[in-house]
Parts: sequence; C-alpha cells; structure tokens
Amino acid sequence: MVAQKETILDRPLNALERRLLNDFQDGFPLTPRPFRTIAERVGSTESEVMTTIQNLQSHRLISRVGPVFRPNRVGASTLAAMEVPKDRLEHVADIVSSYGEVNHNYEREHSLNLWFVVTAEDRESLNRVLQEIEKRSGLEVIDLPMVEDFYINLGFPLQWT
Amino acid sequence: MDLRELSQLLEPDPLDLDLVHAIQGGLPLVEQPYARIASELNITEEEVIRRLERLLETGDIRRLGVVVRHRELGYRANAMVVWDVPDERVSEIGQLLGRQSCVTLCYRRPRRPGRWPYNLFCMIHGRNREGVLRHLDRLIDDCNLGWIKHDILFSLRQFKQRGAKYISERDESGKRSGQLSASLS
Repeated sequence: MVAQKETILDRPLNALERRLLNDFQDGFPLTPRPFRTIAERVGSTESEVMTTIQNLQSHRLISRVGPVFRPNRVGASTLAAMEVPKDRLEHVADIVSSYGEVNHNYEREHSLNLWFVVTAEDRESLNRVLQEIEKRSGLEVIDLPMVEDFYINLGFPLQWT
Repeated sequence: MDLRELSQLLEPDPLDLDLVHAIQGGLPLVEQPYARIASELNITEEEVIRRLERLLETGDIRRLGVVVRHRELGYRANAMVVWDVPDERVSEIGQLLGRQSCVTLCYRRPRRPGRWPYNLFCMIHGRNREGVLRHLDRLIDDCNLGWIKHDILFSLRQFKQRGAKYISERDESGKRSGQLSASLS
C-alpha cells in the first residue's frame, strides 16, 4: 500500500507546525503581542512562530489567522440545490458560479447534484439571484435556508497519521 | 435571554462593522496586529482588543484563530450527511450532533415536501471516503441514531469555493451595507 502524502509540503509537518495548526484554531491570544504569547506557550520564539504561520499560509495549509463569524448575523444566506442533467452540469455550474453572491458551489453525489451557498444583503436580493438562476438554466432551484444553527465545536481536530 | 440571544436582536455597532471589515481577511502577520488594526481605524489598541473580546462573548465572532484548509491538509473527502428527524426532536438531536468532534457544521433547514425530506444537515470531513464512513458509523453508534433515516452526499467536483465576504465595501455615501454571514464549507 502506498503511503498517502499528508500535505502538499514535501516533508511531514514538524512539531511546531502541528501545534500551530491544531491548538490555535480557537482562543488566539488577545494580547498586544499574540505571537509572542503563543511562542511562550509552545516553547518557541515570536519570530519563529510568525515565520512558521507565514510559511503555512504560503503553502495554503491555512487560509488565514482570523475570525470565523456566526452565520446570518446580518443579511441573508441559503443553501440551494438543483437536479441537473449530467450533460448540462458544467454549463449550469458556470451560470451559478458567475454570481458574486455564490461563494461555494459543489457537485454532490445525489439526484440533486449541484449544491451552492448564496449570501446577499437581504432576502429580496437573495430571491432575485435564485430566480435568475432558475430562469437562465430552466431548472428548479430548491431553497434550504438555515433555520437553526447547532454548531458547537470550535475548530477541527486534526489527526496525524 | 442571554447575551448571545440578545445581541442577535440588536443592530450591529458601526465601529464593530468597521472592525469586522478590517479583520475578515485575517489579522496582519506583524508583531502587534491589534495595534496595526487600531491605527487603521483611528482607535486605540485597547479598544480593538476590548471589542474583539465582546464580539467573542456575544458569539458574533465564533472563534478567533488559525483557519485551516481541510483539502490541503489531506482531508480530501467531505460529506454532507442529512437526517429526517421528527420536528419535536430536531433541536435535541442537532445539539447532540453539533458536539461530536467529527462534525464541523450542523444546521436545521426546512423540508420541501415531495422534493426534499431531510431537516437536519451536518458536515463530516475525512482523509478519504472510508474515513468519513467510519466517522459516520461511529457517530450513529455513539449517539444512537440508527432509527433516523439519513443520506450521505459526498462532494465530487468543487466548482467554486472562496472565503465568504462578510461585509461589502462602503457605498458612495459611506454607508456600510452590513452583511455578516458565514457559509457551509
């Protein structure tokens, strides 16, 4: 069996990288020099912590160090689904992705095979986007807005193999 | 009503919106990131830290830290697992699912009779399809969910994925059109 490559780095992640990736998804220090606070906690130096984060970011293993917001604080968003004939999927996916209001657009394994998230300033603008997609594709869009949010976990536990 | 619920009923504070706009793409990687943001907003570093503490307390910011990229870290499979839970139990089961470490998002959404029967959605990431299915089996066992009808929608092609933009640029009048919404990833 071929060992699966763990990351796009050519080497396994080192201990500092693993700790930064795993232990600081939440609770980033709100101190004037947060990278120094982290360094003290992990037994490193401020500059090494900053360089390592920079490096992880340039290798696209992290997208940012920053906030994750509560959904739907203001504005409107929904998850939408469409049943698209296989031979039209790429074309319809292009129509959907062309809207700035769409930020995720995935093919999924189901008869409803195209799933995308739309966020807009208000429900009215959101409806306009959904209706336009229906009109341009000639297909029904199923609108599944969030009713309640049960997300409790903070961050994503990584397992190193 | 607790602070978290109360804060959702209030209009966001304009300075909070400016702050969110300044940090939504990430904190600057400098020794004193909060001081840097403070100087952009013409407020003090203490004020930035105080407001961030408050936004975390109200839950408007759910977490502050490293945002990892699952796919690039080798978690290539993601499945949306959907459940048809009796309405009177959906909050209870949703909270239970939301606490499981393999679940990264958990939302209640409406059913659409005749088209879509499921009212509870969660995301499970794994290194591969087998890993996701193993997580799901354990989840069903641990939470005793065997009696609930469910379906698994693995992702195939990713046509578009970009970091959600939470707040748009100011319009000509200088008014910020507020928009704070995260999305399923």
